[in-house]
Amino acid sequence: MSFLEVTSFLFDGFIISLLIFGVTLLLGAPLGLPIAFCSMSRFKPLKYLSKVIVWIVRGIPLMLQIFIIYYVPGLLFGFQLFGQVDRFFLLEYGIMDAGRITAVLIAFTLNYACYFSEIYRGGIESISKGQYEAGYVLGMTKSQIFRKIILKQVIQRIVPPMSNEIITLIKDTALANCIMVCEIIKQAKELAATKAMIWPLFYTGVFYLLFVGLLTVVLGKLEKKLSYFRS
Amino acid sequence: MSILEVKNIKKSFGKTEVLKDVSFTLEEGEVLSIIGSSGSGKTTILRCINQLETADSGFIKVNGEVFFDGENRPKKEDPKEKRRKQLLVGLVFQNFNLFPQYNVLENVTLAAKLQATELPEYKENKVKINAEIDEKAKDILGKVGLLDKLNNYPCELSGGQQQRVSIARALILEPKILFFDEPTSALDPELTGEILKVIKSLAEEKVTMVIVTHEMSFAKAVSSKVIFMDNGVIEEEGTPEEVFDNPKSHRTKEFISKFDD
Repeated sequence: MSFLEVTSFLFDGFIISLLIFGVTLLLGAPLGLPIAFCSMSRFKPLKYLSKVIVWIVRGIPLMLQIFIIYYVPGLLFGFQLFGQVDRFFLLEYGIMDAGRITAVLIAFTLNYACYFSEIYRGGIESISKGQYEAGYVLGMTKSQIFRKIILKQVIQRIVPPMSNEIITLIKDTALANCIMVCEIIKQAKELAATKAMIWPLFYTGVFYLLFVGLLTVVLGKLEKKLSYFRS
Repeated sequence: MSILEVKNIKKSFGKTEVLKDVSFTLEEGEVLSIIGSSGSGKTTILRCINQLETADSGFIKVNGEVFFDGENRPKKEDPKEKRRKQLLVGLVFQNFNLFPQYNVLENVTLAAKLQATELPEYKENKVKINAEIDEKAKDILGKVGLLDKLNNYPCELSGGQQQRVSIARALILEPKILFFDEPTSALDPELTGEILKVIKSLAEEKVTMVIVTHEMSFAKAVSSKVIFMDNGVIEEEGTPEEVFDNPKSHRTKEFISKFDD
C-alpha cells in the first residue's frame, strides 16, 4: 500500500472521529445547560438528582460507559437495540456500523454534557452577586438580567476551560474503537492486522495534531475577541 | 407627607440582630447622611429599603407607596409591581457594579432601553425612543463630566470615573430617592473628591438623597439631616450641627471625637 493509499484509508476513519466530535459538541454543549441549571436549582430533589448523574458519569471511565450503553440493553432486555439500528436504518447509506456509532454518540454526548455542565455552573456561580443586584435595582427582570448582563460574562469566563475540554474530546474519540467503530485508530489497527503495517498507527497522531492545531487557533481567536472587557 | 417613612424595622441574619427597631422619615429635597461604625447596620437598612433584603418586621413607605409591611405581607408579590416600585428608588453601590461588557453609554442606557420595550408605542417608534434615551444619557453624563468617555469600557476607567458612570446610570431612571452605599469607600482618597462634588451638585438641584458614608466633613457640609447608627439602633438624629457639634449621646460623642483633627 502506498503512502497516499494509507493516508486515504486513515482519513476515512478520521471522518468518523470528526463525526463523533461534531455531534458530541453540537448535542452535548446545549444539553449541559439544563444539567447545570438543575444542579443549581433550589428544588432539592432536582439538585441532588443532577448531582448524582454528574457524579456517576464523571466517575466511570468513558470506555466503560460506551460498553454499558452498547451492551446492556441487549443483556437486560434481550433486545439488540443498536443491532436493530444497524440492520434497518443506515446500511443502505453505506454506513456499516450505524448502531455502534449511535451507541458511541449517546455515551459521548451524555459524558461531555456532564463535564460541560460543571464548567457552566462554575462560570455562572463565579459572577459576582453585585451584577444581579445592579440589574435588579435598575428594574430589570430576572430573564433580562441573565440574558443582558450575566450571559456574556459567563461565556467570557468559560471559553478557556471549554477549549480545554473540546481539545480533549477529539482525542477521546479514539475510545470508540473499543466497540469496533471504524474511527482512525481502528483503521490503523486494521492495517496492522491485515497488512502487517505498524507505522500507520503512529501516523494517526499527525491527523490529531493538525486538527488540534486548527482548534487552538480558532478557540484562541474567540478568546481574544471576548477579551475587550474585564469582568 | 414624608417621601420616605421607615418604621420599627428589624432584621436579623441568623442569630445576629443587625437592625433593632429602626425608624426615621425623610422629606422631599432633603439629604440624609447615615454615619456609624462598620457593622452598625447602615448598609442593611439601605438594602432593606431598596428591596435587596427583606426586613423581618416593621414598615417602609416610599413616595406614598408601601414597600414593606411586616403586618400585612402579600403571599406572592407580583414581580411586575415590585419592579415598578423598585424604580422609585435608585441605588449607587460601594463597588460600582458596572456591567463590564458594555461601554459607558450602554451602561447608562441599558435599563432605560429595556424598559422602553414595554411601551405600547415602542414598535413604531423604536429608533426615535432609543435616540431620545441616548440623548438623555449624554446629557446626564455631561453633568458628571464624562462626555469624552462614552465609548470606553469600565475596565478603562478610574474608580472615580466608574462611580460617576454608576451615578449617571441611576439618575437616568429618575428615582424619587437616590441612595448611596458608601460611594467613596472603594476609591483612592484622591478620587473621592470628584464623587463628593457630583453628590453636592445633586443636592443643590434638590435631589432627595440618602448617603451612607464615612466622610464626616462631607456629611456635615452636604446633608440637611444626619443619623448616627450604632449596633443596630439610631443613637442620634438631627441637623448636622446638632449631631456633629452638640451630640447628646455618649456613644455619638465618642465616635465623632475620633474624626476630629
